[in-house]
Amino acid sequence: MGSATLIEKAENYLEYKAHKGIFAWLLSTDHKRIGLLYLIAMISFLWVGITLGFIMKLEMLTPDKTIVDAQTYNALFTLHGVIMIFLFIIPGIPAIFGNFFLPIQIGARDVAFPRLNLFSWYLYITGGLFAIASLFLQGGPIDTGWTFYVPYSIRTTTNVILPLLGAFILGFSSILTGLNFITTVHRLRAPGMTFFRLPLFVWALYATAWIQVVATPVVGITILLVVIERVLHIGIFDPALGGDPLLFQHLFWIYSHPAVYIMILPAMGVVSEIIPTFARRTIFGYKVIAFSSLAIALIGYFVWAHHMFTSGMSDTARMVFSLLTFLVAVPSGVKVFNWVATLYKGSIELRAPLIYVMMFIFLFSIGGLTGLVLGSLATDIHVTDTYFVVAHFHYVMFGGTAIILFAALHYWFPKMFGKMYNEKLAIAATPFIFVGFNLLYFTMFILGYLGMPRRYWSYLPEYQTLHIISTVGSWVLILGLIIMFANLIYALFKGKPAEANPWGGVTLEWTIPSPPPHENFDKIPNVTNGPYDFSHINETKDGKS
Amino acid sequence: MESLDATNITIEQEVKKEAKHISDPHQHKDAIGAKIGMWLFLFTELLLFGGLFLLYMAYRLQYTKDFIIAGQELNLILGTVNTIILLTSSLTMALSIAAIQRGKKSLSIFYLISTIGFALAFLVIKYFEWTAKFHHGIYPNAPELLSKPNGEIIFYAMYYSMTGLHALHVVIGAIILLFMLVFLIRNKITKGDYIKLENSGLYWHLVDLIWIFLFPLFYLIH
Repeated sequence: MGSATLIEKAENYLEYKAHKGIFAWLLSTDHKRIGLLYLIAMISFLWVGITLGFIMKLEMLTPDKTIVDAQTYNALFTLHGVIMIFLFIIPGIPAIFGNFFLPIQIGARDVAFPRLNLFSWYLYITGGLFAIASLFLQGGPIDTGWTFYVPYSIRTTTNVILPLLGAFILGFSSILTGLNFITTVHRLRAPGMTFFRLPLFVWALYATAWIQVVATPVVGITILLVVIERVLHIGIFDPALGGDPLLFQHLFWIYSHPAVYIMILPAMGVVSEIIPTFARRTIFGYKVIAFSSLAIALIGYFVWAHHMFTSGMSDTARMVFSLLTFLVAVPSGVKVFNWVATLYKGSIELRAPLIYVMMFIFLFSIGGLTGLVLGSLATDIHVTDTYFVVAHFHYVMFGGTAIILFAALHYWFPKMFGKMYNEKLAIAATPFIFVGFNLLYFTMFILGYLGMPRRYWSYLPEYQTLHIISTVGSWVLILGLIIMFANLIYALFKGKPAEANPWGGVTLEWTIPSPPPHENFDKIPNVTNGPYDFSHINETKDGKS
Repeated sequence: MESLDATNITIEQEVKKEAKHISDPHQHKDAIGAKIGMWLFLFTELLLFGGLFLLYMAYRLQYTKDFIIAGQELNLILGTVNTIILLTSSLTMALSIAAIQRGKKSLSIFYLISTIGFALAFLVIKYFEWTAKFHHGIYPNAPELLSKPNGEIIFYAMYYSMTGLHALHVVIGAIILLFMLVFLIRNKITKGDYIKLENSGLYWHLVDLIWIFLFPLFYLIH
């Protein structure tokens, strides 16, 4: 009799404890718990990054010294970049939501290599600590910019080696996660879950995982060579010994441009999940969206040198890379049109996740279109290394990926924690974020166009008005973010219990209880239809109302 | 009756526990999955060296003459012996897997020990090769090396970083094979379940394969 109840009431993953106390988290190989471990770590790093950015903007209030000196400013923009890129944006969505939902969405009980998955998290934390440690050690924090360009990075006396090793370890973590996801998608799909029945989030993660596996090792070796250069002076990147710094840039961007797609593809996957759910209709052009992810992954590999148009390359090379850059914009455009087409004549329910998604479409489009300005040779020479570039990649990275990370947080929050957040407050945060964001970064487009160089600590007085507007924007934005996170944290403790399917979603994660049981599924589901088939849901809904 | 029921329940719970232990959803055996994972990992290893091969190509085009001069100073005999050693070790590795597939445990152990022996031999020769170079003042940042033309400095930079990274892989490979040896002896690798040994073998072949490219690039250029 006792056993009967044992079988029926499966413990949810938050209650199930294989180990005691804190070790229930630190030693858990459950993909859901690992996802939450990443979530906690990343939100912490995000706030460190936000604080650094906030101080930078304060410094920019006046043309000369406001609160920090020039050398501190160099360290600020470097660490802001390193933390936001390597510790937040690159691993962000795959590590948190990929870990949590990839196995559930394909009808599996876990990823292919659960222990390796936990190991990846430890690598991530180690890498993060390495990067942060440079702040407190002798020599002072790294001041090279997040790109670590040689020869400066082999000459500066600041702490370069630790953050570099940190980035190397993070790369390792990223590779192992990618490898894990690819194997999971190939081996653990539930019966009936064919490739063309995979949710588009899984497709995006799959394409991302390939980039992680294929691109990351190249930056790994490049970073190691800079470390070796600093320790042993072998000369590979040292022009004094015959080395060529330009080769560093090539190798660096061979990874770091595809890394841009590691950042944005999973976000696009989340958008493809949220839009059908709140438009109550199937996604427009499923296969095209799936293939455009792969196309981005592929073409994204061949555009790296557009970061180097002014570094010294032949005209032929520059024109080829410019052309390829235009090509890679096509699949992204395809996706945007498909999303908008899905909304068209949908039965739209304007909930918080969808509002974040719409904010994304607006901001990401600005980011993408200004990317074309930078991809054209003639205009690039005018605006390269100015605030225009800074504005562009913040529109893409923050307006694109981070906003979608917030959307995903709201969309899957009820599923992950079994609690509902306050919808009105969640929506109330969005105008602050949207207005603050545009004040902060759109002014940077103008500043850049007027000639304000990036990474400068002081500037000419005529730029001050725009800088002040931008700084005020940063305050509004941070206020919005505080409202958003406070609302979620409050819901974590005091939120009302969530239903299994609060949004009426149709992918597999909505068929199991909130929060999910330890084993995800009592019985592995048998999949018989595509991921966004709303015909049944709509029937029952009509029946009810 | 009641005590009987109680024992029944505890037995049931035991069985459940046992069953759970075996079919723990978060730990499962999947040889094909393990192999896919291993191949992907090997792919990343290739790309890790790929960055170095790219640099080598660029610098060799830039400093062709210096590369040829410097390349002729390497010890061709030691390089050749090491190539033969590594190729043979790949053979013994494959034979070790073939042996366990047919259930011949001691033969498999014998071949695996030979493989590890070859790995050590390779490292010993590499050690003598490098130290000989060090004695001639050819090591990074050495005054004698710095007095040479830039092209030769870069040649040795590539030589030390590529063969060094490769040697590191040989060390890692040997350590992995040592673990496999323990698993073989303790029957953790058997006729029915030898994926660990097979994956280690794949890694070892990769180490061999990379050397097959390094050898001509450094020792045979003229």
